[in-house]
Amino acid sequence: MVRLEGLRKVFKRGTIDEKTAMDGLSLQIADGDFVTVIGSNGAGKTTMLNLISGTYTPDEGEIFIDDDNVTHLPEHRRAKYLGRIFQDPLMGTAASMSIEENLAMADLRGRRRGLGWGVKKTRRDYYRDTLKMLDLGLEDRLKDNVSLLSGGQRQSLTLLMATLSMPKLLLLDEHTAALDPKTADLVMELTEKIVSENRLTTIMVTHNMNQAIKHGNVMIMLHEGKLKYDVQGEAKRSLTVEEVVKRFGADLKDEALLC
Amino acid sequence: MVLSGFLRTVPVSLEQGLAYALVALGIVITFRVLAFPDLTVDGSFPLGAAVTARLLTLDVDPLLSILVAVFAGFLAGCCTGLLNTRLKINSLLSGILMMTILYSVNLRIMGRSNIQLLTVDTFLTPLENLDMNRFIPMIGFFVLVSFAFKFLTDLYLHTQMGLAMRATGDNEQMIRTLGVNTDNMTVLGLGISNAFVALSGSLVAQSQGFADVGMGIGMIVIGLASIIIGESMVGVRTGKKSVMRLTLAALVGSVIYKFIIAVGLRMGLAPTDLKMATGVMVILALGVPALKGGKEGKLHLRGV
Repeated sequence: MVRLEGLRKVFKRGTIDEKTAMDGLSLQIADGDFVTVIGSNGAGKTTMLNLISGTYTPDEGEIFIDDDNVTHLPEHRRAKYLGRIFQDPLMGTAASMSIEENLAMADLRGRRRGLGWGVKKTRRDYYRDTLKMLDLGLEDRLKDNVSLLSGGQRQSLTLLMATLSMPKLLLLDEHTAALDPKTADLVMELTEKIVSENRLTTIMVTHNMNQAIKHGNVMIMLHEGKLKYDVQGEAKRSLTVEEVVKRFGADLKDEALLC
Repeated sequence: MVLSGFLRTVPVSLEQGLAYALVALGIVITFRVLAFPDLTVDGSFPLGAAVTARLLTLDVDPLLSILVAVFAGFLAGCCTGLLNTRLKINSLLSGILMMTILYSVNLRIMGRSNIQLLTVDTFLTPLENLDMNRFIPMIGFFVLVSFAFKFLTDLYLHTQMGLAMRATGDNEQMIRTLGVNTDNMTVLGLGISNAFVALSGSLVAQSQGFADVGMGIGMIVIGLASIIIGESMVGVRTGKKSVMRLTLAALVGSVIYKFIIAVGLRMGLAPTDLKMATGVMVILALGVPALKGGKEGKLHLRGV
């Protein structure tokens, strides 16, 4: 279970650019929930993910993952709880290293790294099998540098890396937004498959309302750093874009969200 | 006649090139693996020489004096890393600060600006006393040392920790989200790199028979020139076995560089112009692709 309690974050406090990015957000996410997050630009979606993953520390409030208070843990020490995928496909992998080396690094998420061999023979077969699931032919290219892969391939690999050692919480930060529509659909399909097969607790930020409605069992909407709306269960399943626009159109200035 | 003159430069270039190869290897770790442009090298090279020279004149065991020099280099590198990661001082400036500080440290260690080692027994003395041309055992020794450290580096960079270090230079955000403290990785990498450089300084001082406080000036540029030459000869752009190629490039480049310089000197290049020639060499290597407008080789020239 993941709990956010009264998170507040103000940027550039005391200057004319002061911006309250997170204004007392509280949220509880049960194990196995797949939460989609919408909201216009500046609503605090990415800030929320950054607070959870430790890129920023909140000014107020606390963050619990499985009853562990992680509010003040540095980023690298939260790794054992979290898998995160960014919008930019280049951000999730090390380009100058091979596919199997990237997977081996992800394999050790949050654990001590010693002088043992990086890519173990015994794990290599496992990597090959897991890569087969992507259906991109990467299982035959274990020793190829990641820089040789396309954006979609890299993002799929990142997804695999983020879920390889089963994080307590998977954070997806508009992870299909930078891909062409066809590839985006493939990556999203793959996400759905991995998340549901492993019952991963997931938070997915998206700019695409259709995506937010179609996927996940909970949808929340952020507005000016606050929780504006949340819907789950049967109500979530029967939700339509029109309904959301009708209720919140005024707050959703972001046109991209509506398409 | 002319040809035999060139041939005579071969053993000298080999010996010197291999002795300096550890500097290039160290620079590979900072510039190429960590993408950290570390200038500590100009100070840690004479540091290794100074520590060894001082200890040898105090009749300390030669091997021990080398080990202490290596450790001193390791500490110097760690200091640069700490300036950068803990005090958030820019990477170039961190190196320059340490380099400057080390100048005074080296003078303190030696007590004067140079120490001659011709009259004391060094680690290399037994090799020099063998009943054969001096070059044979010396080159053999330096081949052994440089390749041993090359293979150790290759092995290390394929361990779990080594992968994390390479990822720190490649994609810091990514490896941090996988639970690696990238600050520690940077400090450790700089330490290892400067330990190599100090070892090179220590061995060079022993083979040339003196340590001088100014012997590190321009070392970073020489090392970079070596790497660039080596990379163009070995070809590091192909993806597979990239680490092995990088470290091999350091050794090959270092030898070829010394050979080019020896040939240059034979052809009338003034020794005083050496550093300028080296600098121009690096500028051309880095600048020409940019003038051509090519973007390829961006990763290949990481750290500069």
